[in-house]
Amino acid sequence: LSERNNLAGVRHILLVLSGKGGVGKSTISTQLALALRHSGKKVGILDVDLCGPSIPRMLRAQDSDVHQCDSGWVPVFVDQEKSISLMSIGFLLEKPDDAVVWRGPKKNALIKQFVADVAWGDLDFLIVDTPPGTSDEHISTIEALRPYKSLGAVLVTTPQ
Amino acid sequence: DCPGTGSTQAGRAAACQGCPNQRLCAAGATAPDPAEAAELRERLRGVKHTVLVLSGKGGVGKSTFSALLAHGLAADETKQVALLDIDICGPSIPKMMGLEGEQVHQSGSGWSPVYVEENLGVMSAGFLLSSPDDAVIWRGPKKNGLIKQFLRDVDWGEIDYLIVDTPPGTSDEHLSIVQYLSAVHIDGAVIITTPQEVSLQDVRKEINFCHKVKLPIIGVVENMSGFICPKCKNESQIFPPTTGGAEKMCQNFNISLLGKVPLDPQIGKSCDRGQSFLSEAPESPATLSYRNIIQRIQEYCDQHHFQEEKII
Repeated sequence: LSERNNLAGVRHILLVLSGKGGVGKSTISTQLALALRHSGKKVGILDVDLCGPSIPRMLRAQDSDVHQCDSGWVPVFVDQEKSISLMSIGFLLEKPDDAVVWRGPKKNALIKQFVADVAWGDLDFLIVDTPPGTSDEHISTIEALRPYKSLGAVLVTTPQ
Repeated sequence: DCPGTGSTQAGRAAACQGCPNQRLCAAGATAPDPAEAAELRERLRGVKHTVLVLSGKGGVGKSTFSALLAHGLAADETKQVALLDIDICGPSIPKMMGLEGEQVHQSGSGWSPVYVEENLGVMSAGFLLSSPDDAVIWRGPKKNGLIKQFLRDVDWGEIDYLIVDTPPGTSDEHLSIVQYLSAVHIDGAVIITTPQEVSLQDVRKEINFCHKVKLPIIGVVENMSGFICPKCKNESQIFPPTTGGAEKMCQNFNISLLGKVPLDPQIGKSCDRGQSFLSEAPESPATLSYRNIIQRIQEYCDQHHFQEEKII
């Protein structure tokens, strides 16, 4: 474990997975975060879909910037009360239509950073939204998160 | 200056010396070496036209469209069609083509594609699984290896149309297929979207990917574009085009909108049952849209061929 443990204050980590694209993972992640906030919880969302990050738009945060602090990156707060925080590659793009054309090793490096270097602070829930598939992003995210906390997954599908 | 992280020079260019990302970029960049490229060129010598089916977004109907494009083109029995599914984690093509449970056979000349019709052959990672629910949990380099095998080791023979179905995103699979096929020739990409902004924002990235890797765009198909109730014939927008849909996006990028396909519950059913929707529901408005789009793609490929011949 690194000297500073940015996940120390996080009580529960939930991964939102599917194998399939377009079934509503990001939609559910967002609605789950909003519902948890409504019941008084502090929630963080980590969007590890590097090629197609949907969460910023869903929370109307697409024009936000990411700042640094002593413990690493400050997540973007999507509301005045600072009850939902968010990290996504969407915030690191110069232009929203820029394609992130990265092979696995580069994606893995960024995901490790997202897990270790975001100063989440105290959270009741950290929801991790994932891209479709069972590849680099999924392997790296679980490998990076597992040492910190027990993980739970919600799987999303459609009927067909 | 940075050659770009997706470039074949990534990590290798003079400008990369000293860049903190150099090792990562070099680890990723795997342009085919000249010997490999020559081998692929030889293997794919008999392929006349290649069309990639892309999206940035998942679940918009790439595989559905790829399957129907294959069926549509193969309706002409004089044409030989091949459908290559490079979605290694989520291969949908075997089920959609009614080929679940089929295995790949080896012969002296390589792997044999699985044939749906005499003139329609299919290859997919789905055929390599021992059980359909087996997860393929592979990192990029291993996926790239399989894609190369699909191109190098499959005995495709003489093909009029090679259709390549891809997974969502702009990553290993997409870079690899473009790099490996650069040895041959790609007519262009068909990009699939649905009308809502959450899809379009990913699809714009895919369009920029195509520009970055100099892949021509044949055009865009907007799926799930409205729903016509079979009983009252009223039209509803299930996925409202809040920012102008594919039409506006195509205008902004100056690319062709090949067509809009309405939602039809029969499409999903046909896919689940491995049947061609075009044959099962010939009167559906969606079938009409698909047929028009397929014709436009055929015309694009024919024009292309004609221009190539003129140059020679």
